[in-house]
Amino acid sequence: MENHYDVVVIGAGVVGNAIARELSKYAVSVAVLEKELDVAMGTSSRNSGVIHSGIHYKPGTLRARLNVQGNALMAGLCQDLKVKIDYIGKLTVAQDEEEVKSLYTLKDQGEANGVPGLEILDPGAMEKIQPRVGGIKALHSPSTGIICPYSLTIALAENARANGCRFYLGHEVTSIQKTGDRFDIRAGNKSFSAKILINSAGLYSDHVARMLGIDEYRIYPCRGEYLILDKRLKGTLNVLVYPAPHHGKAGLGIHLTNTVSGNILIGPSNEYQEDPEDYACTADIMAQLRREGHVLLPELKTTDFIRSFSGLRAKQTPPEIGGFKDFVIESREDVKGLINLIGIESPGLTSSPAIALMVRDMVTSLLPLTPKKEFNGARSGMTGHFYELSDEEKADLVAQDPDYGEVVCRCEQITKKEVLDAIQNPLGARTINGIKYRSRAMMGRCQGGFCLPRIVQILEKEFGYRPEDYYLKNLHSPLFSGNMRPDKTRV
Amino acid sequence: MQTIERDLVIIGGGPAGLAAAVSARKNGLDDILLIERDRILGGILNQCIHDGFGLHTFKQALTGPEYAQRFIDEFNRLGIDALLDTIVLSLDSNRTLTVSSKKGFIRIMARAVILAMGCRERTAGAISLPGTRPSGVYTAGAAQNFVNLQNIMIGKHVVILGSGDIGLIMARRMTLEGVKVEAVFELLPTPSGLARNVRQCLDDYGIPLFLSTSVFELHGKDRLTGVTVARVDDRFQMIPETRRLVPCDTLLLSVGLIPENELSLSAGVRLEPATSGASVDDRFMTNVPGVFSCGNVLHVHDLVDHVSEEAGLVGRCAVRYLKGEPAPEEAFIPVVPKADIRYVLPQTISGKEDVTISLRVTRPMRNAAVLVTDRDRKVARKKLVRLHPAEMIRIKVKAKDIETAEKLEVSVQC
Repeated sequence: MENHYDVVVIGAGVVGNAIARELSKYAVSVAVLEKELDVAMGTSSRNSGVIHSGIHYKPGTLRARLNVQGNALMAGLCQDLKVKIDYIGKLTVAQDEEEVKSLYTLKDQGEANGVPGLEILDPGAMEKIQPRVGGIKALHSPSTGIICPYSLTIALAENARANGCRFYLGHEVTSIQKTGDRFDIRAGNKSFSAKILINSAGLYSDHVARMLGIDEYRIYPCRGEYLILDKRLKGTLNVLVYPAPHHGKAGLGIHLTNTVSGNILIGPSNEYQEDPEDYACTADIMAQLRREGHVLLPELKTTDFIRSFSGLRAKQTPPEIGGFKDFVIESREDVKGLINLIGIESPGLTSSPAIALMVRDMVTSLLPLTPKKEFNGARSGMTGHFYELSDEEKADLVAQDPDYGEVVCRCEQITKKEVLDAIQNPLGARTINGIKYRSRAMMGRCQGGFCLPRIVQILEKEFGYRPEDYYLKNLHSPLFSGNMRPDKTRV
Repeated sequence: MQTIERDLVIIGGGPAGLAAAVSARKNGLDDILLIERDRILGGILNQCIHDGFGLHTFKQALTGPEYAQRFIDEFNRLGIDALLDTIVLSLDSNRTLTVSSKKGFIRIMARAVILAMGCRERTAGAISLPGTRPSGVYTAGAAQNFVNLQNIMIGKHVVILGSGDIGLIMARRMTLEGVKVEAVFELLPTPSGLARNVRQCLDDYGIPLFLSTSVFELHGKDRLTGVTVARVDDRFQMIPETRRLVPCDTLLLSVGLIPENELSLSAGVRLEPATSGASVDDRFMTNVPGVFSCGNVLHVHDLVDHVSEEAGLVGRCAVRYLKGEPAPEEAFIPVVPKADIRYVLPQTISGKEDVTISLRVTRPMRNAAVLVTDRDRKVARKKLVRLHPAEMIRIKVKAKDIETAEKLEVSVQC
């Protein structure tokens, strides 16, 4: 058979890609099947981008262990992959004595989980970390960080690709059959076969499990909406600030989150949805987020809202029960060779490097793994963006490559070189959103009003795109309907 | 890193920058550098291929490119320096700029700077439009760029939200190209664009305009499939029973323009909430010495003719500043908007010179007068048959009438 692999991973989110990249260190053939035209198209690109410390989870659970381990692994991983990460720390703030008690409970729990550096602070010390923070006491967790979640997901995939892993984008798995000791998989009108199948399909992980007759899982998508704020407000928030846990309050509540690119997020909300792809934003929640934003950030103006988005948590608990269930990460006895990852919601992003190690160990017991000498875990390129460099560094880069001198996206000051790199990405992703996620062009306050026409020009002139070749995110989302007049410059 | 010094740097080569440069040269300044991020001069006029430009300045209805070309020809004839394909990345309060292009990344120290960066369009995100995030949602200006400059058709069945001038122009443009334009929806009870554009772009083509009506939800996961529209009450709240689905594959937004003042802010320029542009004196100087502002980055204009005229004045003011002409005394006279006035400009004046006050009203009115007073003393009055928020009004005030003024108040007298 043509597409014959040792391991097939279903789903190119942060977890699937972290697993693929981990396995690319060994002498096994690995393929990742992804139904979307790019990686990081689901939950992995639609979240707060927080690297959690691990104070929130019960000791002994997978979530607690993998979170703390993942947090510790993330620094080195990001250095290798040239992904920006910032351990800015977090204050969990108590407003009354009742909440202060919950801070001590959280601290004990965190310490039992192995979270480093936890401290309960008085207002004086809190004020030093975050002026005007309010509250009577706070738990400071210095190991909490922020990261761009899709940058990490893309970087993991690119490094896995560089080390021999194959990515099949736009290949939706439609059927799986176990034949002897192999899995036969149909995806995107191609047949694949694998000795080991890893189900990291996120919101569709229950669906994939059912293809192999496993009926015990059900994913309940739970939507979180966010508003993105203008970079004008960069610097108003030094650390993450969360309210202390409260009796009867589900989730971590609506809060402000810094991003590594300097925008602040307001969110997320908590609404169960039927449809695992319903990424709509709703008038009611948007209004609620705007109201809460004005309370949390007095400097906020109505002109500071630049965009809204939503993501879906892959929850295992139905709305009537709510709360959290532990991650399911299992090597099935009944379907030998299948490794299931079910319900990897928060802290899935933080845990992803640790999940990858855990899955690697499961793979090892099924198929002995030998390390590959030629593995290179370092990604080339620069960490962050041109606009983050000093004037001298910018001048040097422009002198080396004139494409750094041409700014395509004026709001984010993204250069033509960065746009070209995004277009010519190693995974071969070709959507406009793919260019956006990789380069940051179109992510600023004008939302592509200025630079989309310029990016279209680049794609036409330098890559021969015709109007019908542009897609926002998938083949059903064309940007244009054709030429205005027959294009006589083409034959 | 290379550093150069220039007397006057003009940021932006659209109609404001061009007119300011031409005027500065004609007023005797040699050392002028205009910086434009596009490959050609002319700014947004290049994509405005409809006519109606220049009726005041040239007594002729020109297209945007034709209007721009008159200034570009003059600019070139006068031999003024321009850096094209070049973007200003930063400006500080000492008028030091960092500038980037394919040729390199340089620093420029300017003795004076004219801000002429124009404006950008408000987006779906800025108006917090609920619903999905499909393809097919464009600001009207971006759509105009694709259609007029890139030979690209953006869709087949269009709805337009907002009755700003670009939206109206695009309604006609798309109709002329055989595209079905369903309707224009406007949240406000009056059109935002010029009356002549409502007539010539909508009425003449039978495109309906629904006032006090807005889009409340986008539909379609991939490409836009429709929008939910509804009427609003007098507090702009949706009237639920008027909700209806309008199928379409394209939504154009013409919901306002925002002066592009990020560079101004980085230089410490104080902005005026009512205009989102700089606060200026009657020489169009901002609070940062030697930094001037004109055109749509100062306040969004209705006609390019007014931009050119204003920028011409600013070019002259910058030259006077550079020639060391003493600045008017510190004690500036504030100009303050009162009844039915949304904003006035300049915000302070010296009282030593004639000045033209630009203003916009808050609501449509008929047969009323704009009145300028100083402590209840009439300083100037202008009678108008029609007053409309879409149209900029200008009123001249003579120096002899304001020599002793303390504060000028501008209001509408019905």
